[in-house]
Amino acid sequence: MLDVSDVHTYYGDSYVLQGISLRVDKGQVIGILGRNGMGKTTLIRSIIGFTVPRRGRIRFKDHDITGWPSNRSVSLGLGLVPQGRRVFPSLTVAENLSVAARGDGGGWTTDSVMGLFPRLRERALTRAGKLSGGEQQMLAIARALMTNPDLLLMDEPTEGLAPLLVREVGRVIETLKSRGLSILLVEQNLPLALRIADHVHVVSRGRIVHSCAAGALWTNEEVKSRYLGL
Amino acid sequence: MEFWVGQVFNGISYGALLFLLAGGLSLIFGMMRIVNMTHGSYYLLGGYVALTVISRVSNFWLGILGAALVIALIGIGEWNAFLKRLGGQELGQVLTTMGFALIFQDLALVIWGGDPYTIRVPAYLSGTWQVGNLFFPIYRVFIIGVAIVIAVALWLVLERTRIGAMMRATVDDAEMARGVGVNVYLISMAVFSMGAVLAALAGVVAGGFLGVAPGGDFEILPYAFVVVIVGGMGSLKGALVGSLMVGLLDNFGKALFPELSYFTLFAPMAAILAVRPTGLFGRA
Ligand SMILES: Nc1ncnc2c1ncn2[C@@H]1O[C@H](COP(=O)(O)OP(=O)(O)O)[C@@H](O)[C@H]1O
Ligand SMILES: [Mg+2]
Repeated sequence: MLDVSDVHTYYGDSYVLQGISLRVDKGQVIGILGRNGMGKTTLIRSIIGFTVPRRGRIRFKDHDITGWPSNRSVSLGLGLVPQGRRVFPSLTVAENLSVAARGDGGGWTTDSVMGLFPRLRERALTRAGKLSGGEQQMLAIARALMTNPDLLLMDEPTEGLAPLLVREVGRVIETLKSRGLSILLVEQNLPLALRIADHVHVVSRGRIVHSCAAGALWTNEEVKSRYLGL
Repeated sequence: MEFWVGQVFNGISYGALLFLLAGGLSLIFGMMRIVNMTHGSYYLLGGYVALTVISRVSNFWLGILGAALVIALIGIGEWNAFLKRLGGQELGQVLTTMGFALIFQDLALVIWGGDPYTIRVPAYLSGTWQVGNLFFPIYRVFIIGVAIVIAVALWLVLERTRIGAMMRATVDDAEMARGVGVNVYLISMAVFSMGAVLAALAGVVAGGFLGVAPGGDFEILPYAFVVVIVGGMGSLKGALVGSLMVGLLDNFGKALFPELSYFTLFAPMAAILAVRPTGLFGRA
């Protein structure tokens, strides 16, 4: 479904992604692990098209989407839950959802995403800037679902949330997985990532330094201490 | 008493005209971060195009329509060919749009010559209304009406439609708007052409009482910028309040202290900016 091959991405002169390749197949959840500043967000930005890679190819559903404007990739079925939530603060909750709605019938609707996050229904007419951090995170996920993605890019969806909310977001991601959504999940919360992901890649300094089945990482103390600081 | 009512009325009607011009400038400024020095040219060319259309078909409303269409095309062309590539580069924008303003100024001189014209308005819009012993030019009442209709329409579009929500989302976070599928390119083009059309409308309307003449573009542009800066970039409410303030100040300044008229306009602006650097209704 998603095929990232030998991607090199720069910010000006700073060489951040130094040749990353990975695949996400239909229905799979692939985890991306690694310490801060290693290039995980840059990988997400490269895939969605916020920062276009200087070398390498990104293929999605049999299209070469390298260099496409993000909105075109989103129309093709790529969804984004960005790091830091980035809800539209001056829009209401309902408006945040409606601007993302893809007008092709079927799939997620305002009603069904509010069923997934009942809290959003209560806050429908509140400006998103006034929501709590947890509510903003739910809105960011709900908003991405409104684009009816086939593959969801999630960048640290539990960052900064209280333990109770971490569990709720974890449950939602599992629900989405059980419905067959493919997910590329960047996550610092190791137990959560390993529970949900099928397969994980560990990123360090812009390269994938270790890949394995999620279960196998639990017992790999060397990788955990060297690359994840555990 | 009559003097004061008359001056307030004149100030408000001039403010209404300024709102048509500055409303679009403010949206373009606030939403797209484009400093558009060509805005005055849209105003001037709008007046000239309407003048030509009206001289052919003798219909004021077709004149407005023709001006709106031509200026929308010019605006879309300018934005597509140059401005969309200059996001975030204020200096490049000012130089490019200033260049266009100078080109349009000369072009207008070549096509329409140096003589001043006045746009012929329909008979039912000329004349005056008498209330007691006060006289109100009907055309100025018409301008105020147009501004009210446009203000309400803009507000409805921005606050009550999905396209309007997309425009506001683009102001909040353009990159993320793309990331949820909003075609920011089309949205920006729509905002830019809407602003250009409003400037053209202002030019036609102004042509009926201020006239259409070379230099009109650079004469009114500072006023529009003062409105935007005082009201706050990107704020419709700010443009409305700012226009009324500037219209009234300018009018009273010229009537009471003609030799100080720029001072009475710019001193309050400086005072407001000292207290509120983002303008009355602007966001940081
Ligand atoms: N907009 C940017 N401009 C320049 N450098 C950046 C930018 N964003 C991130 N970086 C740098 O790129 C590297 C990778 O950052 P990032 O992808 O955000 O890491 P992670 O998501 O793994 O924490 C870091 O060294 C960071 O400082
Ligand atoms: Mg990150």
